[in-house]
Amino acid sequence: MIFFERIKKLRAKGVIGMNFRNIELIGRCNERSKYPLVDNKLITKKIAKEASIAVTELYGKIEWQSQLENLHEILAPYQSFVIKPVHGSGGKGIVVVTHREDDLFIRANGTSMTLTGIHTHITNILSGLYSLGGRYDIAIIEKMVEFDPVFQDYSYEGVPDVRLIVYKGYPMMAMMRCPTHESNGKANLHQGAVGVGIDIATGNATNAVQHNLPVTVHPNTKHDFSKLKIPQWEEILKIGAKCYDMTGLGYLGVDIVFDRNVGPLLLELNARPGLAIQIANNKGEYFRVKRIDQEAQGRSAEERVAFSMQVLSRI
Amino acid sequence: MSSKFQVMIIAFMFAVAGFFIVWYKVEFLNIPLTPHAKKDYFTISAEVSFVGENAPAEITMALPAQQEDLKIISQESESGGFGFTISKTEEGERAVWSKRSIEGEHKIYYKITVSPEKVYGYIPEAKADFVQHVGNGAFDTDAFFALWGEVERAAALNLIETVRAHSSGPLTFAAQLIDQLNHEAPSDSVKMLLNMKREDKVSLITKILMHENIMIRKVRGIYLKDRQKVRALKEMLEVYTEDGWKLFDYEKGHIYKPNNMFIWQRGNDALFTAKGVSNPKLRFSVIQTQVPVISTIQQNIYGSNSEFLNFSLFTLPASQQNAFKQILLIPMGVLIVVILRILIGIRTMGTFMPVLFSLAFIQTTLLNGLVMFFVIVFSGLFIRFYLSRLRLLLVARISAVIIVVIAIMSLMSIISYKLGLTQALSVTFFPMIILSWTIERMSILWEEEGGREVFIQGSGSLLVAVLAYFAMMNEYAAYLFFSFPELLLVILAVIIVIGRYTGYRLSEIFRFAPLGHS
Repeated sequence: MIFFERIKKLRAKGVIGMNFRNIELIGRCNERSKYPLVDNKLITKKIAKEASIAVTELYGKIEWQSQLENLHEILAPYQSFVIKPVHGSGGKGIVVVTHREDDLFIRANGTSMTLTGIHTHITNILSGLYSLGGRYDIAIIEKMVEFDPVFQDYSYEGVPDVRLIVYKGYPMMAMMRCPTHESNGKANLHQGAVGVGIDIATGNATNAVQHNLPVTVHPNTKHDFSKLKIPQWEEILKIGAKCYDMTGLGYLGVDIVFDRNVGPLLLELNARPGLAIQIANNKGEYFRVKRIDQEAQGRSAEERVAFSMQVLSRI
Repeated sequence: MSSKFQVMIIAFMFAVAGFFIVWYKVEFLNIPLTPHAKKDYFTISAEVSFVGENAPAEITMALPAQQEDLKIISQESESGGFGFTISKTEEGERAVWSKRSIEGEHKIYYKITVSPEKVYGYIPEAKADFVQHVGNGAFDTDAFFALWGEVERAAALNLIETVRAHSSGPLTFAAQLIDQLNHEAPSDSVKMLLNMKREDKVSLITKILMHENIMIRKVRGIYLKDRQKVRALKEMLEVYTEDGWKLFDYEKGHIYKPNNMFIWQRGNDALFTAKGVSNPKLRFSVIQTQVPVISTIQQNIYGSNSEFLNFSLFTLPASQQNAFKQILLIPMGVLIVVILRILIGIRTMGTFMPVLFSLAFIQTTLLNGLVMFFVIVFSGLFIRFYLSRLRLLLVARISAVIIVVIAIMSLMSIISYKLGLTQALSVTFFPMIILSWTIERMSILWEEEGGREVFIQGSGSLLVAVLAYFAMMNEYAAYLFFSFPELLLVILAVIIVIGRYTGYRLSEIFRFAPLGHS
């Protein structure tokens, strides 16, 4: 039976499925009560600051429909900014404005928006269009990440980010998500962004996939992924490890971006990280999970990062 | 692992409990496993005919008691103007028909419907009953032979002597006696006794047994054969032994009650009496009918003292029963959702939305339902796209979509009715609010993820809805869940087990296929 053959191969690679993730990782390691720490971006920002992890600067928040009357004044000081729903997930409801042309706001994907367009968008956010369960939400306006030119070759119309999976505080697997024209500048793999598997020891690219299929060059910029190397790798792993300490979530997705001026920034945390990272790395999470389970708890973030770099990368 | 073990134990217990109750109900309460199971009913009619004599008339007839292997389902009297009462006597119930004055030919019927099934909780008559009947065996034993000649009395004593020598107790005594009286080459004393004008075999056996102080009672029964008509019931004899009452045939000796023999009367009273009328006649007839078992369950409840059935859904009023027939289908649909999402990995819009649609499809029939679904959703989507340009708040927008959906539904009904297509009238069974939410979700999904994702999730939802529809439309499933709601425990067990499944979903085998290659 071809099915059992395939299942065997996936098992041998340590690939885990959604059911395993939900029961054994999320169900076991992530306490419900801690979800708001990551689901609410305002809280995430606050606790990250307390843990001295760099986050994108908050320009302001809009909680009430009435605040929108002053939208023009609120946005006036900023040439570029990002509007996000506080409870959004998967990049939903995010509008990135790179600059202005007269009365128009020019978005990262090249399209333009009027002030009324932004007004509508924030109205949608407030009424819960992008939040889980459709509850009322808050819109935040934050500084746009000026992304570091080191990744210019591997990105198109958007900001590439690094996704770390942190298991019990150990950065376990990493990938870089490079937007493409097809993904409309978004770093979502299922929308066509390229997922680049990253060696946890060095920060070097190991493998790249688009739509689950291996690729060697960026489809738009045509640059070779094998030359991709993420700078300040240990620093990034430390951010990931610290996020565990600050949230207490045992299975955590940490999204990090590179700002030209600030360096690595914590963009978002995710208590239900997806499994596409396995495809990008051409490697399953299972054996690393089991290896970390054998390790003693209570180590410092630095010790855990050292362990990840030395031991996990070889599993 | 231990928590997984606990889950398995709990699931196992649920499943065992569920199956046990099902088994109990099938085995002991005779609830069939399939909706089409039929069983035999026998209706025995006793017909009393007589000619009235313009005088107060009273007719009585012994009535049967509940018995072990033939269950009395119903009994009724067709009294035709007579007063009808049931009187209790020491030997059981008797029907009493009475009238102040009656003239001409008349017929009275008494009908009993029985079904060949075990009656649980049946208690055989205790000995105490008997003692009351025949007065503790304190007879003047010689009185039985008082009217006989000296020779016959000697022959009887001789026969008793022989029988006693060959027997060890009441059972064997009666058996030997009947054997002797039915012998092909009877002894001289038997011949002499049988030749008596006053006595026949039945009265001889009765008298000799009573003379021996053996407790006996008469038994009258009827064979359950379709279209049978008999003038008299089959007479037999029961003898009291240490092991209780034993049945004897006057010809064959000790017998076990044939399965198809319905005992009408036990005891020594007359089967029927008639006062104040002339030419009374009693005859019996049997009619066999087949009835679907499902229709008998309701009747069973009244005839049984089973706590289980008293607690079943069959005891609810009919309208509530129908509601539960629907509600109990939902677990099937839910199970389908669980299987398709956890084991197969189909993506749907809203977890249980497909079940609600399949419930609607049950009302509208599948094809009509699908057509109406597409018409409403597409026209709703079209209007929703226009509404999105009006920049309404979410709640207001969905409310607007609800109203639009209702308008579409009304329009569909009116147009199709004018065209003579009454099928479309069942559109009202669609859950409007869920439809509106679906339209809203679809349009957002379209804006955010593109039409492809709408197609994947939309067709996934419809696939689940259609599969759930077939699962719920299944006649056997519907019957099983209504008759055996404890099967919910089994479904619960299955869902609990699936809930701890950590293996791959079928879809993931394809999703992760690139990982399996290199």
